[in-house]
Amino acid sequence: MSVPAPSASATGPLLRVEDLTVRLGPRPGAPSLIDGVSLDIMAGETLGLVGESGSGKTTLGMAVMRLLAPRLARGTTGRILYGGRDLLALSARDITAVRGSEISMILQDPMASLNPVFTIGSQLKEALRRHATGEGSLEERARRLMEEVRIPAAASRLRHYPHQMSGGMRQRVVGAIALARAPKLLIADEPTTSLDVTIQYQVLDLLHDLQRRLGMAMLFITHDFGVVARMCDRVAVMYAGRIVEQGPVREIFHRPAHWYTRALLDSVPSVAGTPDRLPTIPGAPPGIANRPEGCRFHPRCPNAQVRCGTEPGISAVAQGHEVRCWFPRGRA
Amino acid sequence: MVRVIGARLIEAAITLILMSLVIFLLSRLTGDPVALLLPDGATAEDRAALIRELGLDRSLPVQYWHFLSGALMGDFGRSVEAGNQPALGLVLERLPASLSLAGVALAFTLVSGIALGVFAAVRRGTALDLGARLVALVGQSVPAFWLGIVLMYVFAVRLQWLPTSGHGAWYHYVLPAATLGLFTLAAVTRLVRSAMLESLGSEYIKLARIKGLPEWLVVWKHALANSLIPVITFMGTFFAIMITGAVVIETVFAWPGIGRLAFEAILARNFPVVQAVVLLITALFILANLAVDILYIVIDPRMRRRG
Amino acid sequence: MGTLPVRIAVALLVLFAAVAILGPWVAPYDPLAGSLRARLDPPVWQEGGSWAHILGTDRLGRDVLSRIIAGARISLTVCVLVIAIAGAIGTTIGTIAGYFGGWTDRVLMRLVDLALSFPVILLALLIGAISGPSFGNIVLVISLVLWSQYARMARGETMKIRGEDYVDLARTSGLSDLAIIIRHILPNIAPSLIVVATLQVGIVIVLEASLSFLGVGVPPPNPSWGSMVSEGRSYITSAWWLCMFPGIAILLTVLSINVLGDALTDRINPALRGRNAE
Repeated sequence: MSVPAPSASATGPLLRVEDLTVRLGPRPGAPSLIDGVSLDIMAGETLGLVGESGSGKTTLGMAVMRLLAPRLARGTTGRILYGGRDLLALSARDITAVRGSEISMILQDPMASLNPVFTIGSQLKEALRRHATGEGSLEERARRLMEEVRIPAAASRLRHYPHQMSGGMRQRVVGAIALARAPKLLIADEPTTSLDVTIQYQVLDLLHDLQRRLGMAMLFITHDFGVVARMCDRVAVMYAGRIVEQGPVREIFHRPAHWYTRALLDSVPSVAGTPDRLPTIPGAPPGIANRPEGCRFHPRCPNAQVRCGTEPGISAVAQGHEVRCWFPRGRA
Repeated sequence: MVRVIGARLIEAAITLILMSLVIFLLSRLTGDPVALLLPDGATAEDRAALIRELGLDRSLPVQYWHFLSGALMGDFGRSVEAGNQPALGLVLERLPASLSLAGVALAFTLVSGIALGVFAAVRRGTALDLGARLVALVGQSVPAFWLGIVLMYVFAVRLQWLPTSGHGAWYHYVLPAATLGLFTLAAVTRLVRSAMLESLGSEYIKLARIKGLPEWLVVWKHALANSLIPVITFMGTFFAIMITGAVVIETVFAWPGIGRLAFEAILARNFPVVQAVVLLITALFILANLAVDILYIVIDPRMRRRG
Repeated sequence: MGTLPVRIAVALLVLFAAVAILGPWVAPYDPLAGSLRARLDPPVWQEGGSWAHILGTDRLGRDVLSRIIAGARISLTVCVLVIAIAGAIGTTIGTIAGYFGGWTDRVLMRLVDLALSFPVILLALLIGAISGPSFGNIVLVISLVLWSQYARMARGETMKIRGEDYVDLARTSGLSDLAIIIRHILPNIAPSLIVVATLQVGIVIVLEASLSFLGVGVPPPNPSWGSMVSEGRSYITSAWWLCMFPGIAILLTVLSINVLGDALTDRINPALRGRNAE
């Protein structure tokens, strides 16, 4: 794998999501999975996207890849800018050219992400074949890629089928496939959730290492603040389809402004693997069909007031630290 | 893999022997083969002589043993029809016509059924999908003998595009193969459509797209390869349906195959021919299933380890 | 395909069943009585047709509509008898195989495989030819062919619930195997068997029609749909209606059964339901 120089021009973000809304169908009143989400990812940085399941994190990742189900794709509005182009406006052919080479993704479930009827090698080579640069035969490049993701006995593994490998090995193969064409942005959707704790850390370290060497940016989707602390530069917290707070990891950890972020941080256990339910806040996140008026968190918020029944705007509480709350913690 | 195939071969032999017993008993225990063979006005001596010649005076187990050992050597006796040809020869003579018809029908069925199923799944919910599902539903509901007559009436009698019957040129295949294949076409379409829908929603299809594969490769390579597995498991059944259907369809279209031969032989109580043809068809059944089992092991790597 | 097709299918099936049961009272004519004056009359909308014989008459001047109604009665009777016989044999064998397992299972399942590997129609032809066409034979032959489907389903379902707690509980409380099968197993596997039975109605009708078409089914002059098509075949150029209407009757019945069967399968097997959603 050759190491391209990170696009250091730094004139603007690598990826800019503007007012992205994803509804169940094109009707304006249809329930939304994501509602007016805006965020930037700079070249080379890692943005963590944190929230409970059902908050819209995965939907956001799939929207960037243009892999939403047709019904959701028809209900998508807003812009996703990459390299000066709106990904949402690209033709099928043009988005195919972006996928894998510019932006790539690692899916949650390594057991299901590989095609059971083809060998690891053939699935890897399919990606490599579309990558212009690289020395040596396809076979050699595939083997080197396997070595990069630290798969032992890489050469013989190429002839194996997915069912012959463990979950950790499969996730490495999925990683190798996603990174085969040296993308500038990797969306990692809970890449370690389904793995054993010890293997989780190995895979995380590997990802971190590869990212540094490739100089790629990462959108790291997780529900685990422990993982965020390990991997990310900045973090965005999602709740019920909205980003409620975003800022530098250090800021968020030490001075969370949103009451939801505070609750999430409180529920981080000392070991990795946060439960999906939050023990410190009563209730459950609202389903997409019955989201409350105003601040979506206010029915569960310990500090809710009358005004919270109306829509809060976004306010900056520090340099690069924004929150969507009427009464941010420690500021009001 | 060798062990699996070996076990299947032994099973096949047992099935064939059991089948021969069923056929033997059915043909010996009911009806009187001698009465059919004798000309009118035959004497009691003629009758006794024929019984002795056919070995019918011996006990049933002995008769069965003679039948079985003869059958193993390819000797099923001679046809009682005019000409007295060896039964097996008569059957083998008719075999190519049946196999070519079933082959054409199967090829037509697989190609169009797979294409229809794939397009229906990819264009789910569109008019094309609805059409494919309608074809599948009607195809599984229409009786073959009636469909054959209707097609013959429309295309041969009214439009005069095709001949009503005959054998030899390609156009003779069109109507019988379409009739024979429609049921299977419907089944293949349904299987492929539902397997494709499942496959297209899977994570490995997402990864294939993430890699940047063009859509045609995603659909026709990654999704289809997985969707063919259920089709292959049903191939043996499809072949069985074709062979069974051949009896009716060869009769409707006057096709000179083993299906029509079996029908004629059964009506004429021409037992040597019946035995030969039924055992041959059973053997074909078993062979087809064996071939399917092997194909299955080859295409689905997950099955290979067990071999 | 939504619920409208299912409703239409059910309505058609109820209509066919009612007509079959009430046959002799609703049919305009005696299906066996011909009239030499009204031979090969076309249906009413064709030139020369009349309201006297809406779907026309056959070569003996018998009313086609009345014969189709009588044919529905024959089809229904065959279906009911076959499903009762094949269902009883198949369920018994399948449940025993699934409940006891081991050698019993292996031997019984070989029997099922044998039944499945037999060229169905040839067996039917053979029996039909040897003992002559008769109503009893055709029921027997089709039952012999179809019992194995019940056996497979009953075995699989029995094996699924054999290890359930309530079955174990019944066993430890001293209930006999037979009592367990009757009281605990059968009620639980019944829904799946009903789906098999529904799907089989179509197969029975087509098989009966095919055998009657080949001349080894329901003996003449009884108007089976299959034998009506067979008789009409020689008149296809001059009197197309003889062949067409009984065939349409078969098609509509089997189509309705298949629509209903698909809907039932979806409902009973929730794992498959998602696939057909939307």
